[in-house]
Amino acid sequence: MMEHIGYAAMTETPCVFVDVQRGGPSTGLPTLPAQADMMQARWGSHGDYEIIALCPNCPQECFDLTIRAFNFSEEFRVPVMLMMDEVVGHMTEKVVIPAADQIEVVPRRHTRKSIEDYLPYATNGDGVPEMAHAGEGYNFHVTGLTHDERGYPNMTPQTQDKLVRRLQSKILDAADRITLLDEEGLEDAEVVVISYGITSRVAQRAVELAREQGFRVGKLRLITCWPFPEKRIRELAAKTKAFVVPELNLGQMVREVERAAGGRARTFAIPHAGGSVHRPEDILRVIVEATR
Amino acid sequence: MSILDVVNPVEPFLRTDRMPHIWCPGCGIGTTVNCFARALIESKVDLQSIALVSGIGCTGRVAGYVKLDSFHTTHGRAIPFATGLKLANPKLNVVVYSGDGDLSAIGGNHLIHAARRNIDLKVICVNNLIYAMTGGQTAPTTPGHAITSTSPYGAFEPAFNLPHLVEAAGAVYVARWTTFHVRQLARSIQEAFQKKGFSFIEVISPCPTLYQRRNRLGDGLDTMKYYKEKSKVRHGAPTGEVGLTMTGEIVVGKFVDRDRPDYQELLRAQMVESLGERYVEPSENVCSCG
Repeated sequence: MMEHIGYAAMTETPCVFVDVQRGGPSTGLPTLPAQADMMQARWGSHGDYEIIALCPNCPQECFDLTIRAFNFSEEFRVPVMLMMDEVVGHMTEKVVIPAADQIEVVPRRHTRKSIEDYLPYATNGDGVPEMAHAGEGYNFHVTGLTHDERGYPNMTPQTQDKLVRRLQSKILDAADRITLLDEEGLEDAEVVVISYGITSRVAQRAVELAREQGFRVGKLRLITCWPFPEKRIRELAAKTKAFVVPELNLGQMVREVERAAGGRARTFAIPHAGGSVHRPEDILRVIVEATR
Repeated sequence: MSILDVVNPVEPFLRTDRMPHIWCPGCGIGTTVNCFARALIESKVDLQSIALVSGIGCTGRVAGYVKLDSFHTTHGRAIPFATGLKLANPKLNVVVYSGDGDLSAIGGNHLIHAARRNIDLKVICVNNLIYAMTGGQTAPTTPGHAITSTSPYGAFEPAFNLPHLVEAAGAVYVARWTTFHVRQLARSIQEAFQKKGFSFIEVISPCPTLYQRRNRLGDGLDTMKYYKEKSKVRHGAPTGEVGLTMTGEIVVGKFVDRDRPDYQELLRAQMVESLGERYVEPSENVCSCG
């Protein structure tokens, strides 16, 4: 499957992957949770490319973010990962499904150019080329090989550089628009708990317990995990003492937090190998430690 | 008329701006492309309706040279990509053009299941009996005793008999030719365009660089002589009897030509049976592009 994520990135094929994460490696923990595919989602295929990854923490968000994922995939012509975990994947909660006409659908970037003028991989300034469909007479060619604007294989370092940089910049240049965050109590926070997916629901309780005990704690939930919201983390690092990062792996997104913090705020990981979720007290203990 | 005014009749079907191609002197793949183009001319299929899908390998490069909507996909997955195209737009004539390694080894499971489901695809399988692009390794089609880069003392695994395999799996049209049989091959491709369902045409083709050379079978021309002398046309031959050996007879011809409902007919029939009047025909345009 990883090969096809790379193929989709290279051919700029809009598509959505759903990863309901279980404990691994290998067959690992079927139907028990983990969040240990976060780096695999980002780096699964070989080569340099960007993807978008969204992390729902409840059934309503599974619904809403699936739509969002398809919309991002069409807008940026990029694979979008919907990163759930076993608990969120099996969760039953009320879901409000809006009327079809209330749902925003980003249309496919279908070209309006004539057959003579159409270049499958030429862009109009925003770095995202327009698509044609098979059967319309455009006679376009699609390949996973490094290709020029005509879609023809061209394996020069110049073409590679231009193409791969565009695959990266079309996402990174739009990072602000792609970044979705859920923030609470960050104004005066000494310590910020950063979490995503099911862990964010445990973290929510831990933050409440810490506030009840008088600690100035804020919450930052990553809804968009990739591209990593490093701009926001950098801002917070300048006015925060420490970040606390619980996740159901032995340290994946915490390294990104550490990198973005750049030494301006301390970073505390709360690793967990998966199979269950954290207990709020485990997170609370580290919050207290981080305030010292 | 000057020689410069003569236009090769297959030229309009090719991306001439991509020439020269990568195939070796004596290779048979270009011959098959010529036959394919001539079949399109003869059959008068609407070119706009054709989508061509290749996997990876020497034959996988065909997609890059034909002036059609063409897809150079991943290794072994030409049939899944082609299935997607056909399901998204049933009006397309979807051709899968790939090699024996791609279609019958890594893609072997897709091959048998597409035949079983009778998906309306025209599969052209250029069989050069080895993995050519990667250096001539043993493939599932390599005949016994053949020397390859991974069988320096001779291949000993039993090889796939591809017509037998796809007939057993459910293909409605199965033929085999060699690159010597250019007219017959072009005619078979035309016939495949008349069939609805899973058609499979195997083309035995030389790889002078790796297979013929290692096995001291001569060059491309020697291979043509071999194909001419050792091929036997037996239409309707039981496919169980058409397995290949290294220097023996090559049975060619149209082996299977039968009809059974294709995937989309089966799907529709089941839905109508289950849903009755509640069944709604799928709309033609499923695109969000408006």
